[in-house]
Amino acid sequence: MQFGIFTVGDVTTDPTTGRTPSEAERIKAMVTIAKKAEEVGLDVFATGEHHNRPFVPSSPTTMLGYVAAQTSRLLLSTSTTLITTNDPVKIAEDYAMLQHLADGRVDLMMGRGNTGPVYPWFGKDVRDGIALAVENYALLRRLWTEDVVDWTGEFRTPLQGFTSTPRPLDGVPPFVWHGSIRSPEIAEQAAYYGDGFFANHIFWPTDHFQRLIGFYRDRYEHHGHGTRDQAIVGLGGQAFIRSSSQDAVREFRPYFDNAPVYGHGPALEDYMRETPLSVGSPQQVIEKTLTFREHFGDYQRQLFLADHAGLPLKTVLEQLDILGEQVVPVLRRELDALRPAHVPDAPTHASLVLAARQADAAETQDGAAELSGLTSTGRAA
Amino acid sequence: MTRRIVVLSAGLGSPSSSRLLADRLAAAASRALRAEGERVEVEVVELREHAVDLANQLVTGFPSTGLGETLDRVAAADAVVAVSPVFNASYSGLFKMFVDALPMGSLDGVPVLLGATGGSTRHSLVLEHALRPLFAYLRATTTSTGVFAATEDWASPGELDARIERAGQELARLVLGSGRARPASVGPYDVSAFSFARFDQQLSA
Repeated sequence: MQFGIFTVGDVTTDPTTGRTPSEAERIKAMVTIAKKAEEVGLDVFATGEHHNRPFVPSSPTTMLGYVAAQTSRLLLSTSTTLITTNDPVKIAEDYAMLQHLADGRVDLMMGRGNTGPVYPWFGKDVRDGIALAVENYALLRRLWTEDVVDWTGEFRTPLQGFTSTPRPLDGVPPFVWHGSIRSPEIAEQAAYYGDGFFANHIFWPTDHFQRLIGFYRDRYEHHGHGTRDQAIVGLGGQAFIRSSSQDAVREFRPYFDNAPVYGHGPALEDYMRETPLSVGSPQQVIEKTLTFREHFGDYQRQLFLADHAGLPLKTVLEQLDILGEQVVPVLRRELDALRPAHVPDAPTHASLVLAARQADAAETQDGAAELSGLTSTGRAA
Repeated sequence: MTRRIVVLSAGLGSPSSSRLLADRLAAAASRALRAEGERVEVEVVELREHAVDLANQLVTGFPSTGLGETLDRVAAADAVVAVSPVFNASYSGLFKMFVDALPMGSLDGVPVLLGATGGSTRHSLVLEHALRPLFAYLRATTTSTGVFAATEDWASPGELDARIERAGQELARLVLGSGRARPASVGPYDVSAFSFARFDQQLSA
């Protein structure tokens, strides 16, 4: 089981002080937060990709490459990589490059991006979102798995004899998750390829995501990648933790009430009841997070949203300390104990390399067996 | 068989004239259906009880559990009676917020009886210039007769009664006639509905 944090990289005024960080401060804070994640024993840091204010992370591989150089164990990921408006050729090359620099500590989460005005800035149309995600990802896979690609599609210029460089580290592309909050088509895409499906369920009620994840699991089995409980599922989470629940609620409420996503709407208490948000003591956060497994089955990756809505860096780092020291170790122990042996971990570079080597070896053996069969037939004749 | 009528009232007072009109329209439709041997269930939704949830949905993008269940029941209804007070020459904001919260296709082919209330008969065409185009967009099947009740109508119940009765009968006829007319909705998880062929072609390319 992997635990980590994901950030949208918003520049938001702290509602309690009226102070707004500069872009430089926010970017450096994201790096500090990523390094802290490794320090407190988390497994994954994922950054969003945005091309509109108030967000800063427009260039995820620049940031992740920088973080890679300053960490040794942390898995670097995205939340999400825009498979619709980015050129799949550039994604293939950027993330293969990052793989080499980070010694394989890289995976990606594909997302469409739901901000309509962004699409035309990249020559695309939001109404083509699903079609773009499907075509671009199909090309991306070919660029990573085939050395020389001839390709024609609807949304980019054709490729003739193109080789994406550098080639993926050890000949193995990064593992891919597909993120969606409402589109069964994307769950189907993840299931078709046997990729991971990440449901960022933090803004919507449980029953919606039970249908969506259940559908992905059914289709994963349908497409022959394993049983439905072996499908690779990731979930979002959102927590604010203090030693007492009263302190947590008192401190977090102004950030909740003014948050860009849900602020000026429902009361904190209603939102906690309806969504995965937990604001409370470590024990309360543990208990709420454990309900995710009850709702969605055994899963492989849990990412928490920790730095948003104007929370100051100091507070975010304190949150990571609590998460790493008091929450995640318990969750790891409890969830590992509950997980049946046949449910796999999320693939990593090491496990994918091993699987590729084993597949090669099996193929070589088959080839050898065929060859010796021919020889003996020849001798018998 | 049992026909389920969901009544939407956007009235704000207690009792509101919108609710009074909605109840009488539902009763007229029920009488007409029972006369044809149908069983009828009527559920009244007071939209004001969902006012905060509707505002929250605008901000959060999802309905609360209670509002979500109500929206589901509207989508499953055999007929809908929808009544709004007239505010500034149109349906009320609360009424429109509820309509906006309905998932696409909820009222596809559903028989709907429209009603409106106001202080003056000078607003009576609100049914034709505001409510009817809205429900045409939603692809609902509206009755020819909509019922507008102004303050003066409540003082001369005979004429109002006749309009209510006629509208109720029209709704009943639509319900009886549309026994199978309502298209089976395709759920979002029906893989065959993904069948813009390019999806399959590209996935296997």
